[in-house]
Amino acid sequence: MTTTVNRTDLEVVPVAAVGGGWPHELRAIGIVWQRDMVRVLADPTRLVSSLLQPLLFLFILGAGLTAAVRGGTGGADFKTFLFPGVLITGILFTAVFSAISIVWDREFGFLREMLVAPISSSSIVIGKCLGGATIATVQSVLIIALAGTVHVPYGFTLLIGLLGIVFVTSFTMTAVGLVMAARVKSVQTLMPMVNMLLMPLTFMSGSLYPLGPQAPRWLDIIARYNPLSYAVTSARTLVVDQLAADDPTRLLFHPLTWLGWPVPAWLDLIVVAGIGVVLLSIACLMFARTE
Amino acid sequence: MARTKPPGAGKASAVSVRGLEKRYGPIEAVRGIDLDVEPGEVFGFLGPNGAGKSTTIKMLCTLVAPTAGSAQVAGLDVVTQRTAVRRHIGLVFQETTLDEYLTAEQNLKFHAAIYGMPRRAVGPRVEAVLELVGLADRKTSAVRTYSGGMKRRLEIARGLLHSPRVLFLDEPTIGLDPDSRQVLWRYVDELRRREDITVFLTTHYMDEAERCDRIAIINHGTIVALGTPAELKADVGHDRVRIVTADNAGSAKKIASKLGVEAAPDGDGLLVNVPNGEGFVPKLFDIGISVQSVSVARPSLDDVFMAHAGRRIGDEEAAAAPRHWMRAMNR
Repeated sequence: MTTTVNRTDLEVVPVAAVGGGWPHELRAIGIVWQRDMVRVLADPTRLVSSLLQPLLFLFILGAGLTAAVRGGTGGADFKTFLFPGVLITGILFTAVFSAISIVWDREFGFLREMLVAPISSSSIVIGKCLGGATIATVQSVLIIALAGTVHVPYGFTLLIGLLGIVFVTSFTMTAVGLVMAARVKSVQTLMPMVNMLLMPLTFMSGSLYPLGPQAPRWLDIIARYNPLSYAVTSARTLVVDQLAADDPTRLLFHPLTWLGWPVPAWLDLIVVAGIGVVLLSIACLMFARTE
Repeated sequence: MARTKPPGAGKASAVSVRGLEKRYGPIEAVRGIDLDVEPGEVFGFLGPNGAGKSTTIKMLCTLVAPTAGSAQVAGLDVVTQRTAVRRHIGLVFQETTLDEYLTAEQNLKFHAAIYGMPRRAVGPRVEAVLELVGLADRKTSAVRTYSGGMKRRLEIARGLLHSPRVLFLDEPTIGLDPDSRQVLWRYVDELRRREDITVFLTTHYMDEAERCDRIAIINHGTIVALGTPAELKADVGHDRVRIVTADNAGSAKKIASKLGVEAAPDGDGLLVNVPNGEGFVPKLFDIGISVQSVSVARPSLDDVFMAHAGRRIGDEEAAAAPRHWMRAMNR
């Protein structure tokens, strides 16, 4: 089995020497991730065009709302309040669409090349999830760079913290996309489904308006069951903490509460990460079973 | 010329199949087949659509689990040593499975990583396989700029990259123009010369089956014929000798009485079916027949296929019918 015949023209790699196990699976995860990076770099317009929506929300919707609510907010810049919400919602589509590329791979046959390899299908799914999270995080850097223009002070811990929250959130949202991609086999069906899911999640997350006592009670309750609310709230906690003590924007912010107990930002983030891990595990199981 | 013994006979089999079965509900796709493919052989697997060809290949490649029986590829069990089998086989499917937005080189490097090739070996090996299929000068082009023939060659290169023991080619030339088919076969021959590899292929083309060391014909889930192309043709029968003589009717009588074979009228000549056409022709001169022209035709593999599968290969409409029949039978 391990004999290799001497050949004149080609150097032959003795396949028996190839290792398996964890290092091999990690390498597979790495190359699946790397492929997503190569493809984004080959087509950077995708990254840039997906910036349009957050910029419209922040500077157009934000400017309009700032003017409209000025009286009620004691002169707060609503854009400052909006910034963390826009940051989180801006990555949703990037993350989910990145997962959906696996449906294209299935359609064009490349998924088969990956699935017949001597690796676990989970490595493919995990690589895809990390790829989606990375692309979305890179995209968010461009939005984070604009923080100063909406009176969010630049600070090292704030920027690192926001990047971390963005990465965890986009990881979870990519996992959402992977679960959908495992079940739905056609891109045409999947696109409207993504819209049907992401639009309500966005609007019921408190990303574009304050939750808590300033929101209708029913909306405040629904938001507590929306994973995205936790992502937005944790990012907003970080931003508000950096503001001056008398900044009126502080008055617009309220943490989420569980039976009256205000949930700390770190726990918000754990909720998001936990949901992501559970969804990713489900996606791995689904791919192992059906493909 | 014909090898009765497969090359490398006596060594452990590259593919060894015993009583392999696959049922999909009531449908018996594969009904207990036995098969041995020797190392270094180019083995052709033929059969009409729905005969169990693809199901058998999928079981050998560990993509589908058998219902009963066992199969070993490169000495490894396809059920209990699934991952190890996968590491030692190369697969080229009917449909392309390339990432068309990556370059040829990127596709190959991706493959090297998911097959866990030693990192240092990847670079030289990528160069070598691209060289083998004549794509070295196009390695940095995106695959979407390739022609159909080039894509297929790249897939073969990729199938070889991790030095598999057995290369499975499922209809490797389907959808290619005759020129590309010729080129592809040149590479397969080259491959056989340069790499210590067994090739297991399915095909619809009889001229391609002709180039295999041995072929098996599968029909209704069982193997109905197995041997070298020459052996199978000899089994089916007879060479056709066609002669034109000055007096056909007289010659026919003479052949019947002196040689004991029947010569049937065929246009302006006579047609004789004999086991050995070349040996028969001198006898005509021995008995004093004035032959004006003579031609000897051997049975083709198409005739072999016809005899065993009951229809011409590639006759898709005819191929669909027995499937319905099989389903009806199983209900």
